[in-house]
Amino acid sequence: MTEIHVLLLFMIAAAVIAVEAKDLMSSVISVGAVGIGLSIAFLVLKAPDLAIMQLVVEIVSLVILIRATARSDIPFSASGRWAFNTSATIFFLAVFLASAYLVLKDLPPFGSPIMGISTAYIEEALAHGGASNVVASVTLKYRLLDTLGEMTVLFTAVVGILALARKGRQGKEGGYGK
Amino acid sequence: MGNNETRGMTVIVKTITRLTLGFILLYGIYITLNGHVSPGGGFAGGVIIALAFMHIMLAFGKEEALKRLRVSRLRILAGAGALIFLILAVRPCGFIDYSVALPLCEMAVVGFGIFAIFTALVLISKTGKYKED
Amino acid sequence: MSEYMLCLVLFSVGLYCVLRKRNIIKIIIGIGIMDYAANLFFVLIGYRDQGRAPVFAQDQAIRNMVDPLPQAVVLTSIVIGLAMTLLLVAVAIRIYEKYETFDITKINKLKG
Repeated sequence: MTEIHVLLLFMIAAAVIAVEAKDLMSSVISVGAVGIGLSIAFLVLKAPDLAIMQLVVEIVSLVILIRATARSDIPFSASGRWAFNTSATIFFLAVFLASAYLVLKDLPPFGSPIMGISTAYIEEALAHGGASNVVASVTLKYRLLDTLGEMTVLFTAVVGILALARKGRQGKEGGYGK
Repeated sequence: MGNNETRGMTVIVKTITRLTLGFILLYGIYITLNGHVSPGGGFAGGVIIALAFMHIMLAFGKEEALKRLRVSRLRILAGAGALIFLILAVRPCGFIDYSVALPLCEMAVVGFGIFAIFTALVLISKTGKYKED
Repeated sequence: MSEYMLCLVLFSVGLYCVLRKRNIIKIIIGIGIMDYAANLFFVLIGYRDQGRAPVFAQDQAIRNMVDPLPQAVVLTSIVIGLAMTLLLVAVAIRIYEKYETFDITKINKLKG
């Protein structure tokens, strides 16, 4: 399936640019390109719910990252054991990819999923799901506790950031409201 | 970006924001309420509503935006949404229509929560003087 | 098979960025790239050739939908990834206020 390959190669190229750019603003914009390529990939893989979600989440992340990075990157310095560090990292990543290849050979080929539970979910949702969108009926009826966990995580993040933004020690200027 | 925070952006951006703001909010509510028929759901709609509020804050500057949208009230609404979702998820109620109530609770938590986060980040990143420890 | 391998190459690009960069914002970008690769891998597992989107429509077969379960799981995962990015950026801004740099080799005072 060539569209997926083209999209994956585009995403890898944009990710390499994001990692290696000297200017922080360029790498943030490249990460935006990776995210939007991912949204198109979800659309090609027949997952429209995820495409909408990924697009808007990507926009929020971009806005918040650009707010935090009005400065430039730290200049590259070949200090210490740079050669050893880089070659050790690349060796580790090569071992990781090689063992991943050995593991992934046992998966079913791309395009024929093992739909063990999902066949039951689809037929249940047809009979008494209450929703036409199968993904919505799975998240709101058959896996409601997972959705509760997701809300918990998001609410914890909100509370955590609002707590981080309060006044620090005494006498320290600034804070959030009050 | 020194003083641009308090003054906002140019007149063109402010006018376009005023014109398109209602449509963005309407689109977010539409995606939330139609989550059980077409793709979408509470989370996507909530993030779109958060984007609408962030749009106001970026275009008009933070002081004028904070005068109109009281963040303390939005925090209370987000907390209420989370509490109602918890009660509805753990203890099934017969007379509440779940396909409307649950997406609305998700929309409240996600939308107002992300806007509260954005406000907090705007207010802490330009406060006070950066002193050496 | 080649799609899975390309997805894991994307994951290792993100992993390289987290391991080797000195700037906190670059590390946050690397974590974001790893997050995208993991979500994409999940959705790739559940794809069916010539499938259709998992929405019931009138007079269309239900036998060839793509797998809806990984999609429900990835929906949760995308929101959690957003929460993680927001929290990391908030911590990074706080660190900048105290140390005036984003360089991780200079952030080494544990008190306060």
